[in-house]
Amino acid sequence: MQPILNQYKTTQFSRIYSIGASRGDLVVTNDDIAGPIDSSDEWIRQRTGIITRRRASKDQSLMDMAVEASNQAIERAGIDPNEIGAVIFSTISHPYQTPSAATMLADKIGANPAPAFDISAACAGYCYGIAQADALVRSGVAKYVLVVGGEKLSDFIDPTDRSISFLLADGAGAAIVGPSDTPGISPTVWGSDGSKWESVSMTDSLLDFRDGLVSWPTLRQDGLTVFKWAVWEMVKVAKEALEVAGVKAEDLSALVTHQANIRIIDELVKQLQLPENVVVARDIINTGNTSAASVPLAMDQILQDGLVKSGGLALQIGFGAGLAFAAQVVVLP
Amino acid sequence: MALSQNEVLAGLAEIVNEETGIDTESVKMEKSFVDDLDIDSISMMTIVVNAEEKFSVKIPDDEVKNLITVGDAVNFITQAQG
Repeated sequence: MQPILNQYKTTQFSRIYSIGASRGDLVVTNDDIAGPIDSSDEWIRQRTGIITRRRASKDQSLMDMAVEASNQAIERAGIDPNEIGAVIFSTISHPYQTPSAATMLADKIGANPAPAFDISAACAGYCYGIAQADALVRSGVAKYVLVVGGEKLSDFIDPTDRSISFLLADGAGAAIVGPSDTPGISPTVWGSDGSKWESVSMTDSLLDFRDGLVSWPTLRQDGLTVFKWAVWEMVKVAKEALEVAGVKAEDLSALVTHQANIRIIDELVKQLQLPENVVVARDIINTGNTSAASVPLAMDQILQDGLVKSGGLALQIGFGAGLAFAAQVVVLP
Repeated sequence: MALSQNEVLAGLAEIVNEETGIDTESVKMEKSFVDDLDIDSISMMTIVVNAEEKFSVKIPDDEVKNLITVGDAVNFITQAQG
């Protein structure tokens, strides 16, 4: 007789246990970068909200930041790294096509031989990762999952580019997701719109660079198209995320958006008609836009500054190249 | 029913006022959004989206760069109302 297969025993709920953060070791001011784009501190502040951005020096790698953020998250979660059942690393700036950054990270933090893989969803990547971690934990595949959003975007910028380079920064944010007695991560509202694939992208393919046809590919965006999408389409996504979570805007302790541009954040707040008591993360002011790292870094900032308390609800939403997006309501660790 | 040019201008002036604080009286047909009203590209896009909603018209992203003056926008919206 054919035996009946075992399957994973499911767990009902999951939550974020902790957040860890690491920012680039250099503080780069607007004056430092204004020259090549014929701009000024005032213009950059007015258009983006950025006062300083954190970038990594030559000696600080993407992996260095990922390890620092991960170790901090593991310590804060109070778990042993060998209990981690999966490592998910969201990045667009890992400089090797293969192997993945996640496998190296897993080894460096003591999680070897955990399954480890990278995901490429740009600025939505961390929230994509949380969605996957939630699924892995609740399906019983893994007890604890480490989710990292990390970027060294300064390797992929053009100092003369006025579209996006001056916003970009370096850092890594990490979260430990694990089982919970109560619901801690709502259903994720996520998706993509590949018809706008070129709205935020690299200038050229690596193959054209290899063949000497183009210079080193760097990031570019069609800022106005992205702004319009990031506000008015993401408002719909945010509202849907609240609805599927079963909460209202006034139930939130915090809004943690991808830190793309303060004008996007402010317009989202306006369109969502958020009550004034909801804390809005504005880490972009001092950190800049770190793509996949920006949501966990911004959440860590409001937690460390004591602006929100553990146990409160936060709507987190990532959006960017792809155009990929993901939003979920989470209980703050 | 389609709105007249003056009605569109008045509605657009309200949108500009809400986004930028500029007095509605200053929003005149011949004024340039950038040079006269000092409206930056991000505010312009916000104005465009609000105008799309208010007047039930579609203003393509590629068209926005052609809307140099308030009159350009009023004329585009008036015609787009069909």
